[in-house]
Amino acid sequence: MKKINKKSLNGFINYGIVIAAFAVIQVLLGMGRLSNSLQSLLVPACCYIVMAVSLNLTVGILGELSLGHAGFMSLGAFSGITVSILLQNALPMASARLAVSMAVGAVAGALGGAIVGVPVLRLQGDYLAIVTLAFGQIIKNIIMVLYVGVDETGFHIAASSERFNLGSDGVAIIKGPMGAVGVTKLASFTAGFVLIMITLLVVQNLVNSRSGRAIMALRDNRIAAESVGINVTKYKLMAFVTSAALAGAAGALWGLNYSSTVASKFDFNTSILVLVFVVLGGLGSIRGSIIAAALLYVLPEMLRGLGLDDFRMLIYAIVLILVMLATNNDQLKALVGRVIPKRKKVAANG
Amino acid sequence: MKKKNLAALLMAGAMCFSLLAGCSSSGGQNSTAPSEAGTQESKPAGDNQGSDVVTIKVGGIGPTTGNNAQYGTATEWGAEIAVDEINAQNGPIRLELQYEDDTGVADTAVSAYNSLKDWGAQVIYGCTTTAPCVAVAAETFADRYFQLTPSASSPDVTANKDNAFQMCFTDPGQGTAAAEYLKSSGLGTKIGVIYNNGDAYSTGIADAFIAHAKEIGLEVVATSTYPEDTTTDYTVQLNACKDAGADLVFLPIYYTPASLILAQAKQMNYAPIFFGGDGMDGMLDMDGFDKSLAEGLLLMTPFNASGTDERTKTFVETYQAAHGILPNQFAADGYDCMYAIYEACCQIDGIDGMDHAQLCDALIALFTGGDFSVDGLTGTGMKWLTTGEISKAPVVVKVENGGYVTQ
Repeated sequence: MKKINKKSLNGFINYGIVIAAFAVIQVLLGMGRLSNSLQSLLVPACCYIVMAVSLNLTVGILGELSLGHAGFMSLGAFSGITVSILLQNALPMASARLAVSMAVGAVAGALGGAIVGVPVLRLQGDYLAIVTLAFGQIIKNIIMVLYVGVDETGFHIAASSERFNLGSDGVAIIKGPMGAVGVTKLASFTAGFVLIMITLLVVQNLVNSRSGRAIMALRDNRIAAESVGINVTKYKLMAFVTSAALAGAAGALWGLNYSSTVASKFDFNTSILVLVFVVLGGLGSIRGSIIAAALLYVLPEMLRGLGLDDFRMLIYAIVLILVMLATNNDQLKALVGRVIPKRKKVAANG
Repeated sequence: MKKKNLAALLMAGAMCFSLLAGCSSSGGQNSTAPSEAGTQESKPAGDNQGSDVVTIKVGGIGPTTGNNAQYGTATEWGAEIAVDEINAQNGPIRLELQYEDDTGVADTAVSAYNSLKDWGAQVIYGCTTTAPCVAVAAETFADRYFQLTPSASSPDVTANKDNAFQMCFTDPGQGTAAAEYLKSSGLGTKIGVIYNNGDAYSTGIADAFIAHAKEIGLEVVATSTYPEDTTTDYTVQLNACKDAGADLVFLPIYYTPASLILAQAKQMNYAPIFFGGDGMDGMLDMDGFDKSLAEGLLLMTPFNASGTDERTKTFVETYQAAHGILPNQFAADGYDCMYAIYEACCQIDGIDGMDHAQLCDALIALFTGGDFSVDGLTGTGMKWLTTGEISKAPVVVKVENGGYVTQ
């Protein structure tokens, strides 16, 4: 019998956690035990989990700091919304339209990733961070002045409201700073669950493949990796574009979960928020990203119920600091090592 | 070394908790104050009127943290004053207001709305800013909650929704009214426009203004934009207006960027007439703002804090006593929203025992019926159109000697 290696076991545990969480939530939903406030957080939490896992591919596995992840999410959101409205009559089935929209969102994210990645991935470290940061802002500013609509003469796109001549029966899809308004909500928790599973499948299989090992070799020592013949640009681009595509799909799901979406949502702060999830979950740890994104996204909303309304954002910040301090504390790690003996080695090394 | 680390962690934790302990006690006072007042007042009422008193739970949403916090807190505080007044009247209806923070972001606003649903809200009051309000209005429309916003002014808020109503002017309505005013008053022959093209409010007014100005024959010589309200340098935009020879500059923007524009225009010796929208209200109360800069500024606002009628005076006094600042039009709109909801509820028969959907239908019928009107701080005889827009007269005021003078 073939022994399952440790890495794939680790991957299976991740699938297991996600499936178990989905099952528990479905049961709670069925019993009507989930509050409205929690229900409304399910889909966005799924989006943020996908965002965190995909960013982990760039930051944790590839080892390049990207500060423009929300830009790809934005591309996915607005292209997904546009497609869903264009297909409203051609494809009446909501779930099929959602799937197509998410696929288009992923393609848009991947294209954005390739456009940024090809010139930029020749840069390293801080320079890459700065350029991705700028890219995120550029995407936001472009969408803010973009007017997109459709009428009987066809598809209209303009960069200002004066040049946006939509017929009287036309539908404006994106209206500059007003964003996309009047979107039919298609997203569902099940779709979010499927997207997480696909993301895990893609990311974990990539990491455990030949390409994934090449990507990690680049992270650990670029010069040594180059010296054994690893194509730096190719593998960097592979990780970066995959990450952008997944962010695009998450963006499409996000956009189709709200009746209106504005470009300013996908600013620098959202990129940083996702980066915080990745860093607190542990760089390179897929499971950490999932758990951190889910908990930290739900936390500020849960604080509403505690009568600490005025201070919930303050408490949120303090929790972030405490988690950061606690996860980097050697003594705490040793304590965990004593309770779970397997961890002892990790603690000793760390 | 390691012990030091752990000690540091414990200290940090202890510090945070002591901080929170301090916060929560004061927070507790804040949050219990209205409910204490409520219980005190409901006791005598119970003695007087038996069990006739019906309490309507109003769920408010607006940004009390983040970039737009000053607008959200103003709508919250204004509404609180109205609720206290209403509950002190010992009428048949009591209001209970629960206000949730949306940080000015659409998805947080939807979460806030859902937590208000869990709390048992029957009517939704909000949101303060436009983008969150559009997102929440779609939810309230599907769930059948009556929604009244104090200040979300985009027509998207009410479009295709029978349950959403506005207390403020719509953006296009305000832009058109501004152009009409300039035409009739004859102020300015060459007009420059500076607006924030990253903001729905500002773009909405500016687009309508420019379009209507063209129709009625006003000459717009310069249009320049900036992307964010956090921009600090407006010399490029001002120079564009100056070079085009604009003698009147229309600023459909919020007061924070507008205050910088006024200061920078003075530095470059450019002195056209400045004309603003209702977002300009509140500038005179900014910390450290040199009021002489605003001298001669024209703005359209539904509310004048230096008004002399009894109701405005009482409101301004109570507001100042409680929060130490002058109320702006956001606070006044919030105050009027509570009275609109209260007076409408008073007219509904058999309101006791109605769920939110029945109340929603009853309120819609009343608001769109044509007979219902409300007197408030921002207008008298305010009525609503079936589209959800309000009809009240815009008022233009001029800043003179650090106060407003109605034109």
